[in-house]
Amino acid sequence: MKQTDEADSRGYYRRMQSAIEELLILKGVFSGADVEREVKAMDSRNPGRGAKMVARAWVDPAYKARALHNGSAAAEELGFAVGPLRLIVLEDTPRVHNVIVCTLCSCYPRMLLGLPPEWYKSSNYRSRVVREPRTVLQEFGTRIPDDVEIRVHDSTADMRYMVLPLRPAGTEGLDEEQLAGLVTRDSLIGVAMAKAAAQA
Amino acid sequence: MRSHHDMGGRPAGKCEPSEHEYELWEKRVDALMMLLSDKERQLLKVDELRRNIESLGADAYDRMGYYERWMHSICQTLIQRGVISIDELGRKMAELEARDGRA
Repeated sequence: MKQTDEADSRGYYRRMQSAIEELLILKGVFSGADVEREVKAMDSRNPGRGAKMVARAWVDPAYKARALHNGSAAAEELGFAVGPLRLIVLEDTPRVHNVIVCTLCSCYPRMLLGLPPEWYKSSNYRSRVVREPRTVLQEFGTRIPDDVEIRVHDSTADMRYMVLPLRPAGTEGLDEEQLAGLVTRDSLIGVAMAKAAAQA
Repeated sequence: MRSHHDMGGRPAGKCEPSEHEYELWEKRVDALMMLLSDKERQLLKVDELRRNIESLGADAYDRMGYYERWMHSICQTLIQRGVISIDELGRKMAELEARDGRA
């Protein structure tokens, strides 16, 4: 059977994963149950966690102040373990729009948002968003007015950013849970705004 | 000369908002990283993970998938630290290949 090189390579690393997992279980480094537990834990991390933090910050100015001062502690306050990574929350204002990237690899606030989308890890995004963020955001369908400054934040292995997007207009009557429903993954990365109230 | 992984500011193509459903084996690579780097085990530092990815040649870096690069790096680190040997890994992979072939 003829296979493409790419398919061969995929099979090779997949097999390497199984082989190393089996060897390390045999050596007692960890158990199969440990691996299953980690997979489940990663599945449970999703942008809903970041959305909860944002909605709380929108309704509770004291919480917002704490989140901007120490993002990791503010995440832990809502029961989300951050571990040893430092989390920095970046506040959007009518004058400043924030966007995050990792130019060197793909560092991402994974403890709050889960695993990153494919495009976040792409060389196109990593290369260009630091040089021409306004154009890149337009490619995501997001137009930032020329008089709004765009700040691009380059994450590191030890320090992760999450954007606190602007609260959409006309959401005064919404409760915290409804507000969280407006906060998308892309708005936490900064390539989109939070959804408008009517889209809730 | 800056190395290939250091991409910030380079010319590149249009951003396609592509999504990707992670496969189970990719999540298991991630699980290996989480377990090996935790406080209890300390068999992998994030700097080792990065070094062994960043030392890939540009061609290999671009050709390999994200978790393939991770798997390569985790494997290199475990060999460098002497946690596993190349020989036992080779034997185990051959065993799995034979098992897959029969399946």
